[in-house]
Amino acid sequence: MHDWVPILIMLGFATGFAAFNIGASKLIGPKHPTPEKLAPYECGMPPVGDARERHPVKFYLVAMIFLLFDIEVAFLYPWAMALRELRWVGFMQLIVFFAILLSGYVYVWRKGVLDWGRDRD
Amino acid sequence: MTSMGWLLPLVQILIVLNAVLIAVTYMVLLERKVIAWAQSRLGPMRVGPHGVLQPIADAIKLLLKEDITPARADKWLFTIAPIMSLVPALIAFAVIPFGGHARIFGRDVPLFIADVNVGLLYIVSITSIGVYGIILAGYASNSKYPLLASLRASAQLISYEVAITMMLVSVIVTAGTLSMVAIVEAQLHNHVWFVFVQPVALVVLFIGGLAETNRTPFDLAEAEQELTGGFHTEYSGMRFAMFFLAEYANMIVVSAVVTTLFFGGWLPPFPNVGWLAFLGWIPGWMWFLVKCFVFLYVFVWIRATLPRYRYDQLMRVGWKVLIPVALANLFVTAILKVWL
Repeated sequence: MHDWVPILIMLGFATGFAAFNIGASKLIGPKHPTPEKLAPYECGMPPVGDARERHPVKFYLVAMIFLLFDIEVAFLYPWAMALRELRWVGFMQLIVFFAILLSGYVYVWRKGVLDWGRDRD
Repeated sequence: MTSMGWLLPLVQILIVLNAVLIAVTYMVLLERKVIAWAQSRLGPMRVGPHGVLQPIADAIKLLLKEDITPARADKWLFTIAPIMSLVPALIAFAVIPFGGHARIFGRDVPLFIADVNVGLLYIVSITSIGVYGIILAGYASNSKYPLLASLRASAQLISYEVAITMMLVSVIVTAGTLSMVAIVEAQLHNHVWFVFVQPVALVVLFIGGLAETNRTPFDLAEAEQELTGGFHTEYSGMRFAMFFLAEYANMIVVSAVVTTLFFGGWLPPFPNVGWLAFLGWIPGWMWFLVKCFVFLYVFVWIRATLPRYRYDQLMRVGWKVLIPVALANLFVTAILKVWL
């Protein structure tokens, strides 16, 4: 745990730097707010409605498959460290793991989740 | 622990933070200059000779600008988002080994802040936090273009994250360790830089690095023609500057990681070749900085050269090209590791 103390100190310094700069510019900078200046930017037109509307479901799908794949990759870190001792046993485990991962990958690909341009239902 | 023992990390942290922030501001000048030269212009020339004081003028200007919080924005998240963007980019430098050990005033001083045994994992997880800053910025602005841009940016970041982490696993299998210092030492003991062992990993990692830092040709989140300015459209003054600093600090992180993993960090080229031994007289940290600079230049060079990808092309490259390549590379690496 001793190694992590400098990192924590650095975290404090970095946060302090960012917060200090933002605070300083708030104090120093001019303040002349007008309703137009505070309105959301929509190319000079009066803003229409709220920004937080419905968005394409594709973003949600990407986030979901990312979670699945990234968790699986996270399992590979300890495996990679232990491969030297595990030898062929570890390698066979990787084959099984990859087979499961690949079947999901092929399924996602065939379902068209990875095609961004094409419209699908 | 003596009082000096606590002083050393503090001095190191202050030096690294200041060096990184100065490097970031001058990176902006370098980029403007190189792109100007690529386009037969001169670039900034007015502030100082050949514009060398331009970054300082920019910093003062940004500090004195009016800091606007849009009326509909979520006030707290709007302020937290730039901090969440910048801080991970800065503290990632904690585990970057700028050099081995040096003798300063008769003391053995390590030229890195911390050598944690999970250094690479730390970098991956810390830099992933930057995505929160981007998505919070878009959400807190409550404006259409920033929200759309932040969705695009976060989808892009997480798509390339998978290929990058798989490639890092290949490097870990080769090196057999997660510590950044030990990875460089492994390259010393194997008598070869890992770029010759894992060339495919380097290419994928660098492409992924371009995408992770929102750089051309993957700067979809900042496509001016479609999205006005990207997720920071509503930001002004110092809070905008924080996003700007974060982007360039992330570029330096990617360069430093690529240098450490593939180009031997602080090692001189071919340390085991006898007639090249004179290169060892140049201090290690200088080798590190030179290698980093080469990659930073490549970043700018690519921006000056390549047009922007389309969004469906971007997603196709990430999911359908880089991930299969990464899987195949990991497979081959594992076979060779177990066999040999």
